[in-house]
Amino acid sequence: MHVADRAPRSAHRLPPFEALLDDHAGAVLRFLVRRVGSVDAEDCFQETFLAALRAYPRLQDAQNLRGWLLTIARNKATDLQRDAARRPLLGDEAAASAATVDQPAESDGELWESVRRLPSKQRSAVAMRFVEDRSYDDIARAMSTTPDAARQNVSAGIKRLRRERA
Amino acid sequence: MTASNVGTAGVTAARLHTAVDGFRLRARAEGLVDVAYALADSPIGPLLLAGTDAGLVTVAFDGENTGVLDELAARLSPRILRDPARLDPVRRELDAYFEGKLRDFTVPVDWALVGPFGRRVLDLTARIPYGEVSSYSDVARSIGAPRAARAVGNALGANPIPVVVPCHRVVRIGGDLGGYGGGLRRKEFLLSLEGARPRL
Repeated sequence: MHVADRAPRSAHRLPPFEALLDDHAGAVLRFLVRRVGSVDAEDCFQETFLAALRAYPRLQDAQNLRGWLLTIARNKATDLQRDAARRPLLGDEAAASAATVDQPAESDGELWESVRRLPSKQRSAVAMRFVEDRSYDDIARAMSTTPDAARQNVSAGIKRLRRERA
Repeated sequence: MTASNVGTAGVTAARLHTAVDGFRLRARAEGLVDVAYALADSPIGPLLLAGTDAGLVTVAFDGENTGVLDELAARLSPRILRDPARLDPVRRELDAYFEGKLRDFTVPVDWALVGPFGRRVLDLTARIPYGEVSSYSDVARSIGAPRAARAVGNALGANPIPVVVPCHRVVRIGGDLGGYGGGLRRKEFLLSLEGARPRL
């Protein structure tokens, strides 16, 4: 293509989303098969990539796209397991501890590492808010709690991240 | 980072393909694809076609060139997915054109990549009839900028939608073909396909 004036190149440029499928779809699906099993992995995979595509234009950091996708995938897996368990808090804790032992060997960015070290409710809330760009009402539904509590979880998580990264 | 780091977990290529296809369908159904693209074969080599909701935004020669998609990601939206079905109307018209059965393209065009000057030049160029040619200075005169023949040439060279917006129909006075973003061989092919003889 020949365009008259080229956009300035920056480190934050996002590649076409198609490239994320080429580069990371296999890793995400494998991760989900291990996390939620073969039957549910495909649906979780689609939810993961749809959430990623929705949030993609606002993503600030293109340095670790696989880490970002796996964070969303982990969250989708947690949602699914919570729904399946119909015991929100226990499901959440179980999923969170599963996430800890089931970390893929990724060289994730420091931020994702910090997010991952948050207590499980804060981690889920922060990821849903900022990784998936979901509303507080939506997060509250997913976490079986109130919007106020969801907001509190996000804000507590952010405070903790700020402290840790200050 | 290799795939083995995350384990193979019994995911076959076919399985992955199914999962990805399911995602593509849902992304399209939810209107999340800002730019859809497809590759198409043509007598002048593979073409990369890209479109938005507004219409055809890019026809690029040498369809494998991912630089085109990077450019679209930066200038329009990074929500770019391959979606051949969405480009089918364009492909059908291009096929008919290359078979000599279509003279005027009717697919809608998205001018998002074209600036105001380029737009004036290309609007006028789009009105040059099939099988005819115009000169750079004619075009410059017609847009009220008689001394801007060179700028007209640059605007034509920057045409993001060649073939469909027929910048190949602008040649030099005296019959010299002038330039072409896709190379002169392609320009020559298109003009002879249309039966145009550049005599001015």
